[in-house]
Amino acid sequence: MNLLGIDPVLLIASLMVSATPILLAAIGEAVVEKSGVLNLGVEGMMIVGAVVGFITAVNTENPLLGFLTAAIAGALLSTIFATLVLYFKSNQVATGLGLTLVGLGVSALLGKPYEGIKSPTIKSFEIPMLSDIPVLGPMLFSHDLMVYISILIVALVWYTLKYTRFGLILRAVGENHDAAHALGYKVIRIRFMAIMFGGACAGLGGAYISLARVPQWTEGMTAGAGWIALAIVVFASWKPWRTLVGAYLFGGITVLQLNLQAAGVAIPVEYLSMSPFLITIAVLVIISARGNQGAPASLGRLFHASN
Amino acid sequence: MIRFEKRLNPSRTTTILTPFIAVLLTMIAGGTMFAALGKDPVEAIRIIFWDPLFDPNFSDYSRPQLLVKAGPLILIAIGLSVGFRAGIWNIGAEGQYIMGAIFGAATALAVYPAESPLIFPAMVVAGALGGWLWAMIPAILRTKFKTNEILVSLMLVYVAESILASVAQGVLKNPDGYGFPGSRNLQQYPSAFNEEVFANSGMHWGVITAFIAVIFTYIMMTRHIRGFEVRLMGEAPKAAQFAGVSTTRLVVFCLGFAGAMAGLAGMFEVSGPSGQITIDFNTGYGFTAIIVAFLGRLHPIGILLAGLLMALTYIGGELAQLMLGLPGASIQLFQGMLLLFLLATDIFTNYRLRLGGAH
Repeated sequence: MNLLGIDPVLLIASLMVSATPILLAAIGEAVVEKSGVLNLGVEGMMIVGAVVGFITAVNTENPLLGFLTAAIAGALLSTIFATLVLYFKSNQVATGLGLTLVGLGVSALLGKPYEGIKSPTIKSFEIPMLSDIPVLGPMLFSHDLMVYISILIVALVWYTLKYTRFGLILRAVGENHDAAHALGYKVIRIRFMAIMFGGACAGLGGAYISLARVPQWTEGMTAGAGWIALAIVVFASWKPWRTLVGAYLFGGITVLQLNLQAAGVAIPVEYLSMSPFLITIAVLVIISARGNQGAPASLGRLFHASN
Repeated sequence: MIRFEKRLNPSRTTTILTPFIAVLLTMIAGGTMFAALGKDPVEAIRIIFWDPLFDPNFSDYSRPQLLVKAGPLILIAIGLSVGFRAGIWNIGAEGQYIMGAIFGAATALAVYPAESPLIFPAMVVAGALGGWLWAMIPAILRTKFKTNEILVSLMLVYVAESILASVAQGVLKNPDGYGFPGSRNLQQYPSAFNEEVFANSGMHWGVITAFIAVIFTYIMMTRHIRGFEVRLMGEAPKAAQFAGVSTTRLVVFCLGFAGAMAGLAGMFEVSGPSGQITIDFNTGYGFTAIIVAFLGRLHPIGILLAGLLMALTYIGGELAQLMLGLPGASIQLFQGMLLLFLLATDIFTNYRLRLGGAH
């Protein structure tokens, strides 16, 4: 056992990397839920993003193009969910699950020929000046572009929801769809857009796993990240910056757990690898015991305009 | 303009009809997918849905397999359907299934190599208990702290998988297994072996339990006050509250029932067809059962039929892998599509299509 071998600078740096996929998926889902829809298909959209991004990056040798196509793929897959839930008024829980099952199937099918190949990775982008600061530089300012983009997306979502007209309308739709409809807002259209945004973010998050965190494709490689993202939205009380806190916290646990495995701590590997899920449950319990503050009032409820 | 108008009462005809339409649509979409993979779609569909049952080369093997695969699917789906009807979403049946298997197998392995007619019944009880206990975690968290049971039950699947990996390489590992992971094979332990009741029929005790569960649930849902409470809670939660239905009791009952059923399914699987606890003995029945429950319209008889159909796609899928080299994942996709098509066609149960503008 060698706990001293765990370098805190490296720990924080790898924490940000391991949190990014969950952060991207969670911020997307937060917007979807803010509009009043619960999409349990995050895991499915992530894994499709992972495989599509990987295939594109391998074939074009351009990882950024991989991210772009992953976002498009995630958004496209989410339109299936959006159409079923919004136009066919299907049950949101069941449809989201169905989307996850379909996503896992599609990704396994598409990814089969690509198993065992290494993908081109994105270069780290050292922010001029800042990355030269000792300790803080390598810790915070020497990551790849997607880490910064994910934080930028959080900031954009926060600003849009809080300070723009569109954000206000989106929140109104999520709080009371009947009132929003009566005021003349297009409930279905707004929700459709929110769901597609969520899909794109989940796709990006998935691609980050296959292109940056692991750089290769294996079947089912998202391994529950989508579900943790869903839990983080609850943890964050649907607030954008808190999803960042939540994702980094869980990123930290994952990294620490891996580091402890590598350091040869006397706890069996299986117990360490289940710890992120156990801690997620514990956090969910604490949050819900206080009452789910900030849950959109129309979350998961069916909307049917009678005329 | 096309629009949907809400029906006053759900249509019974469409309730029965939609699963068939969904299967048909899945065949069309699946056929298109097979064509895109460069296979003959008609042949692929025939191999999946027809050959396992009627081709003389395969039917001897496939027909018993149909029951072997349908048994756990029906058992788990029956358990889930009760909760789904009440609006209680247990999506972690896979974890409860794993825990049932571990409890059941552990009971047998604890007394190995003793022989006694009491061992198998004790395993049945332990299996149900294992699944029930695992389902009690989300149930208690939901009733005590209002924690979302969807996320908790699902997270517990990953925890159960880790426990499975741990016991398969640890406490339950076969001491005579030359260091290979995995437990002793229960098929070679007569007192613990879940044998076929009729030779070569595929009908093991798990399948019989599944049929009993179907009948039991049918009676409960139509004749017993508990079934009425479940339906009331699902269709009119406010009315249920006024009528004095205890949410707590119902959540505990629904999750516990589903957990026990899934645990039983896991125990029968591990003591019969699979034989031993290995890292990956579970094959996702817990998730496929969700599709079965919906395809069967959350109705016991429907679930019985849906379970058989879904078992057919498993066997036909294996056959198609063998005959056509169709990737295994395409069957998983096929099953997922079935659920989505079903949910899409569901709208015609509660709404009718109207042409023209508002009246």
